[in-house]
Amino acid sequence: MGRNILTTSLGKLVGWGRGNSIWPAQFGLACCAIEMIATATAGVDIARFGSEAFRASPRQSDLMIVSGRVSQKMAPILRTIYDQMPEPKWVISMGACASTGGIFNNYALLQGVDKIVPVDVYIPGCPPRPEDLLNALMILQERIKAQGILPPQ
Amino acid sequence: MDTIAQGVTVTKTGETGAFGGELLTINFGPHHPSTHGVLRLIVDLDGEQVRRLKPVIGYLHTGIEKQMEALRWQQGVTVTDRHDYLSPPINNLAYALAVEKLMGVDVPPRANALRVIMSELTRLSSHLVWMGTSGLELGAMSMLMYCFRERDTILDMNEEISGFRMHTSYIRPGGVMADATPRFLEMLDKFCHEMPGHVDEYEALLTNNPIWRSRTIGIGILSPEDAKVLGATGPMLRGSGVAWDLRRSMPYSGYENYDFEIATSDMRDCYGRYLVRIKEMRESVKILRQALDKLPDGPVNVDDRKMLPPPREELETSMEAVIHHFKLFTEGYSVPPGDVYVAVESGRGENGCYIASDGTHKPRRVKFRSASFVNLQVLERMALNHMLADMVAIIGTADTVLGDCDR
Repeated sequence: MGRNILTTSLGKLVGWGRGNSIWPAQFGLACCAIEMIATATAGVDIARFGSEAFRASPRQSDLMIVSGRVSQKMAPILRTIYDQMPEPKWVISMGACASTGGIFNNYALLQGVDKIVPVDVYIPGCPPRPEDLLNALMILQERIKAQGILPPQ
Repeated sequence: MDTIAQGVTVTKTGETGAFGGELLTINFGPHHPSTHGVLRLIVDLDGEQVRRLKPVIGYLHTGIEKQMEALRWQQGVTVTDRHDYLSPPINNLAYALAVEKLMGVDVPPRANALRVIMSELTRLSSHLVWMGTSGLELGAMSMLMYCFRERDTILDMNEEISGFRMHTSYIRPGGVMADATPRFLEMLDKFCHEMPGHVDEYEALLTNNPIWRSRTIGIGILSPEDAKVLGATGPMLRGSGVAWDLRRSMPYSGYENYDFEIATSDMRDCYGRYLVRIKEMRESVKILRQALDKLPDGPVNVDDRKMLPPPREELETSMEAVIHHFKLFTEGYSVPPGDVYVAVESGRGENGCYIASDGTHKPRRVKFRSASFVNLQVLERMALNHMLADMVAIIGTADTVLGDCDR
């Protein structure tokens, strides 16, 4: 810093730090997971937004990207993984199936992952393009930056 | 079948292993970075060696087959895209061929050539995803970057020809969605030119890579007898030295007119399956080049107003066309009663579609014979007495797509 002085509020600083280093859980379900992998590769490069560190353990991650359809059998596991993530944590519901059940309105699928975990950003599309996922990430970043130290529960 | 307790993590089985210690039952998945989706395995370990392995599937069960009973014949195509989500046009093709066989319809030559082009592009993109993710799991992260670069080129072509990146719904009963655009053919020409060089790049990174070789050679050996008895198909079978490829042994969509070799390997292990897939990628490019060079002219759909909608121009001048249009989009067409099974070769093996029709405008029953489900059955045979860490390589080269397996 040299002789320069930087003034900011603690809330803004924490929000800036959190927003620019969201670590997603490496958690893929179906078709959207392939586009999630594509988002992490060189073409669109999620690393430009500080989220390239996909963590295999939910204990080390801040963001759960529900990428694909959630079956009734998978739902309790998804909730367990969400519960294992430390606070503060966020959820992106990627694609039509995760958001609403999509084209599958039947016995096997959960009709929207927001029935079991709170969702921050929904992405439409079946599957959404990698650019859509980046857009959702940027929306989430703005929200996190505005939240300050203690996100509303 | 004995039931497995929910949420088993580590339990003792009470048996004594070969090294004098106790056998442990551990839970692998369904949330695990290297199970290619949501596969769960219950593994009995003796020290670090696998003594028993039981796949638990169904974590991605979507009810696709049941859903299709509620959809009209032409709507069913959109659902077939989504079971094996790495090779949507090939799933479309199996379904379309089955419906056409029941209806006794033959598609025009240009439609057949476009179907072959889309199938081979899909096979390439599916193998690219396989190679990228398998490389990533065994420590070669740059493979993912290289493979997804070419996959994106293929998806751009999908987008150009059908308007959508992944789930194209391009191949439909009666033909294809639309004719290839000039830009698509240009892109394809460029791709055929560049792809062999890219495959050389992958080979330069992996084929003689000591880490890759030591992680795959001699790992997951599958004898040709076991592969045949357990019903393995695709690169799993050809990696064991059996030259069985549906494109050659039961040709469909005019595959008999293309000159290509069936990739096989006598190594029978993970490395052999890798070599088979590399060879298949080269052969796919060869097929693409031939299909592009002799792409016939003509219509891309059957000329049947009871099955496909009339061209938009006709709707303004012909009352009959309006009636056909209305009937097709309210009730749909009906398929003669009967049942039929058609199989095509996907990137994973035999992708079959069984359809039973009762003569109405919706299927009575649709069943997919998915290669992933059957190939999963050989997993225990391959993983037995290997280290737990080698299982990652074995699951990787089995190339199961859980959406395809659970449907």
